[in-house]
Amino acid sequence: MLEVVDLRVYYKSIFGDYKSVDGVSLSVKKGEIFGIAGESGCGKSTLVDGILRLIRPPGYIRSGKVFFEGINLLELDESRLNKIRWSRISYIPQGSMNSLNPVLRIEEQATDALIEHSDLTKNEAKRVIEEKLGVVGLPREVLRSYPHELSGGMRQRVIIAIAIALNPSLVIADEPITALDVVVQKSLLKLLKDLRDNYGVTLMFVSHDMAAHAQLVDRMAIMYAGKVVEVGDTEDIFYNPQHPYTKLLISSIPKLEKKEIKGIPGIAPSPLNWPRGCRFHTRCPWAMDICTIYEPEMIQIDGVRLVACHLYGESGKKN
Amino acid sequence: MTDHLLKFDNVSVIFKIGGGLGLFGVKRIVALNNVTFTIPDKPGIVALVGESGSGKSTIARLALGLLRPTIGQVLYRGREVSEWIKSNKYRFRREVQAVFQDPYGIYNPYYKVDRVLYLALRKLMHINDSGHAKSLIVDAMKTLGMRPEEVLGRYPHQLSGGERQRLMLVLSLLIKPRLLIADEPVSMIDASLRAIFLENLLELKNTLGISCLYITHDLITANYVADEIIVLCHGKIVEVGNATKVIREPLHPYTKLLVDSMLLPDPRAGRTIEAASIDVHRLSELKPEKGCVFRYRCPYAMKVCAENEPDLIEVGDGRRVACYLYEG
Repeated sequence: MLEVVDLRVYYKSIFGDYKSVDGVSLSVKKGEIFGIAGESGCGKSTLVDGILRLIRPPGYIRSGKVFFEGINLLELDESRLNKIRWSRISYIPQGSMNSLNPVLRIEEQATDALIEHSDLTKNEAKRVIEEKLGVVGLPREVLRSYPHELSGGMRQRVIIAIAIALNPSLVIADEPITALDVVVQKSLLKLLKDLRDNYGVTLMFVSHDMAAHAQLVDRMAIMYAGKVVEVGDTEDIFYNPQHPYTKLLISSIPKLEKKEIKGIPGIAPSPLNWPRGCRFHTRCPWAMDICTIYEPEMIQIDGVRLVACHLYGESGKKN
Repeated sequence: MTDHLLKFDNVSVIFKIGGGLGLFGVKRIVALNNVTFTIPDKPGIVALVGESGSGKSTIARLALGLLRPTIGQVLYRGREVSEWIKSNKYRFRREVQAVFQDPYGIYNPYYKVDRVLYLALRKLMHINDSGHAKSLIVDAMKTLGMRPEEVLGRYPHQLSGGERQRLMLVLSLLIKPRLLIADEPVSMIDASLRAIFLENLLELKNTLGISCLYITHDLITANYVADEIIVLCHGKIVEVGNATKVIREPLHPYTKLLVDSMLLPDPRAGRTIEAASIDVHRLSELKPEKGCVFRYRCPYAMKVCAENEPDLIEVGDGRRVACYLYEG
């Protein structure tokens, strides 16, 4: 459904390029919930912006390909791309629940957005949005409300309703549950899962919150320093992580039983100047000489797992 | 001598909004309603949990003397906090230290981060010799597993949020406060550094006997570091008890809801989002004017809950709960 090939998204600066996304390849299958995890500054949001071609100067797409249903989005002209956005791929940007216009009723904002991206008339748009509010579990009266009259969780539901209004096949959600209360977070995760289960929407879920991934996604990619270091089924990532960064990340999360947790010492490198070789070698307890010189390639191990680490040799076995 | 470090005694905070020129109605917002709790004078971490708007940060501000209670008293070692600030400010600031969500504001962006540490040593500890100060700083950083050469001499923007936050703990180690008031200290830090911060917090408690009021919305980290948990709902304490017990066996329906809503970092742990079923779709999520603060969302709400407010009562095992299900 979605295939990203060696995507590089850089930001220009007087010090040189910030290589925020620096050679990411991944593929999302139809009907799955695919997670992208990683800590702040690893390039998650830039990756999403790159996929949707929403990068604005000083950012630019250096190279790579993004295939959506066989079409390379990076080669489309702007008007055709606009047709695909929202109607085929839709996007829930980070913090979007706070970007609703405070002086317009929900109805006007929602219908405006739909009319802009489709051939619907105002009345049709209203009918569509009413139906989608039902899907996200909001009453119709919400249409007559102003954003400040709704709670954060309800505003986020409104955003989701607008995002799915034109029946997209792929929804990309960037940190959709961040900054909400736990009770609301959980009900939103359930809603996102329902969208897939009941409406067949493919979902790309971007979050720094590993617990949310554990509860929602089928497969996930772990990003570090502008690259994907590991891809696997969620259960394997949590129970049998392979890349040293994934291992340490998993062991740094407090669990319910009070087992000791360990952090990852050191400072994440800067996108202006990624370390040579493997980008994690500066913090990796298993680093070898080769890690400081050559960047490890992504290889396949035990069937479906992808990992980029020199500990795993040519044959896909541990050296 | 007193048996407590910090004591909230029937504290209420009421904010008034509007009412300009007496022409408009004044709106009263009860941020805290009759809050009573004690942090005993022995090393311990007390977690204060609740959703946004529950009054958590108001409690932090009261404890630090940044806000005065409308009704009731906030006592630090037997004396009112406002009195400490008036008569013995430096001593109070040394003994009760704040750790905020993002400590960026603590640092002056034009100075290196070291300055905060040197200033604190000079003003609060009267250490004027910079060589001596430096060796204390380096030792403190090493104790908390930081590498001084990577942090000292840098400007605030050159450090990560986690690093800036841990420097606050280094400061604690230097000035050895008795009590830390930590308001959402890890909510902006990445998981890999959050773990180190939490370990450091435990270390300060275990080696230096520094107590902490740990304010958070996150039950999992509360469970990890805290000895006791206080649950706050709409400005009212609804449950208090041993951390592990509160999470294993929550009594108050609100605590149950919070515990059920925890997102467990474990894909095999039931994928419990299936079970989430609370009516969050109602248009008004306002708190009731009368009766139990949680009754609009409570699956067990009874007639009495609408009429009166339940008191926080002892239910044995050192636990207190404010719910009619446990009365009589």
